[in-house]
Amino acid sequence: MWINNPKMITDTVKTALEVTKKQDTSWIMHHVLDARELDFSPFGVIHLPQLHLFGIDISITKHVVFMWLALVILVVTFIFVARSYRKSLIPRGITNLTEVLIVFVRDEIARPTIGKGNERFLPYLLTAFFFILTCNFLGLIPYGSTATSNIAVTATLATISFIVIQVGGMMKNGIFGYFKGLIPHGIPMWLLPIMLVVELLGLFTKPFALAIRLFANMTAGHIVIMALLGLIFILHTYVVVPVSISFALFIFLLEILVALLQAYIFTMLSGLFIGMAVHQEH
Amino acid sequence: MNILSYLLLLIFSEGGEKGGSPLDVNPGVILWTVVTFIFLLLILKKIAWKPILNSLSERENFIKDSLEKADKAQKDAEKLLAENKVNLSKAEDEAQKIIEQSRELAEKLKVQILEESKSQAKKMIVDATSEIERKNAEAFNKLKDQVADIAVNAAEKILRENLDKDKQVKLVNKYLDDLKN
Repeated sequence: MWINNPKMITDTVKTALEVTKKQDTSWIMHHVLDARELDFSPFGVIHLPQLHLFGIDISITKHVVFMWLALVILVVTFIFVARSYRKSLIPRGITNLTEVLIVFVRDEIARPTIGKGNERFLPYLLTAFFFILTCNFLGLIPYGSTATSNIAVTATLATISFIVIQVGGMMKNGIFGYFKGLIPHGIPMWLLPIMLVVELLGLFTKPFALAIRLFANMTAGHIVIMALLGLIFILHTYVVVPVSISFALFIFLLEILVALLQAYIFTMLSGLFIGMAVHQEH
Repeated sequence: MNILSYLLLLIFSEGGEKGGSPLDVNPGVILWTVVTFIFLLLILKKIAWKPILNSLSERENFIKDSLEKADKAQKDAEKLLAENKVNLSKAEDEAQKIIEQSRELAEKLKVQILEESKSQAKKMIVDATSEIERKNAEAFNKLKDQVADIAVNAAEKILRENLDKDKQVKLVNKYLDDLKN
């Protein structure tokens, strides 16, 4: 057994480490990671301003720029859409597209998951859906970058979701009533301390899962595409070009689906958790 | 223990020396995400979600109302159609009845007229017959008078021509011959 031969194992690991250090995979990470400049090579590089506030580095990064781009796109689009509704109740052009998504969020996400009183949470759900969707799609355009593939962004979105869930639950059931409602009815007294810990942990695992799911899904596709294209340069042959390109194209199409799907899942699960917090009797 | 630490090192070691890990958390990005998202939420809530959701529900109500109205109108129309059908069949029955009645009346009238004309014809024949008889009798009477006249005339002539037997016979004969002519 290999356990009996620790020397062999340590040697293997050492060799593996050395090999990994030699292989330069930073170009994949460079594409996925946040940066302090906008890389438009070969046309040039825009360096973003460095800002510091109370000793915290709050520099504008690539992902922040693309979040702002998403914000501008959404605000301009919805100003236009809202104006088109004022003109006539019949949707046309871009209004058709946004209406399908808005009605989808309202009828397929908010109403079934939250049920009664979903109107209060609808603005949050719609904003989260469109923001994540736009950020996801911005990563699929040339020179684009996926802000939602940054764990800080997804964790923040999940935290906002967490706050909305808790505040929504507390506003409906009262602060004391909300925490009382967390513990299921009819359990023995001696289980109470355990259940309390479990339920409190459950509160935090939900947004944690939201953050990790969105982050991992949006990062993985890009890494796979870069790795497939990287095969061409690693293997130094043109033979793999058709294979790499077609597989990368397939993954790209998959990413379009994933971009839609993750925006839907994030919104749907947020709605589900809000519904669970608001209607605790279920 | 040594093995485990090496394995951990292998797992968490990055490929290249430069560049961070995708799991690095940049506090600045957190701040900007919060600011961006809250700003977006507030703006879109004011300019987009409220008016758009209101328009949507307004339109949905309008469509619902219109559908209900159309449904009602259709039901009304169907009722009217059924009513019309009933009325039409009633009118047809009435017309049939009227035709039947007039046919009966015509038949009756025909029979009556026929009867009348028949009786009239009979009466006319009777009249004509009696007229003919009357005329006959009249003619006979006239003839009788003439014959009497002629006889008297002949008797007168005979008396005038003396009572010669031969002469008389001749005379009578002559007279009879005249009469014949």
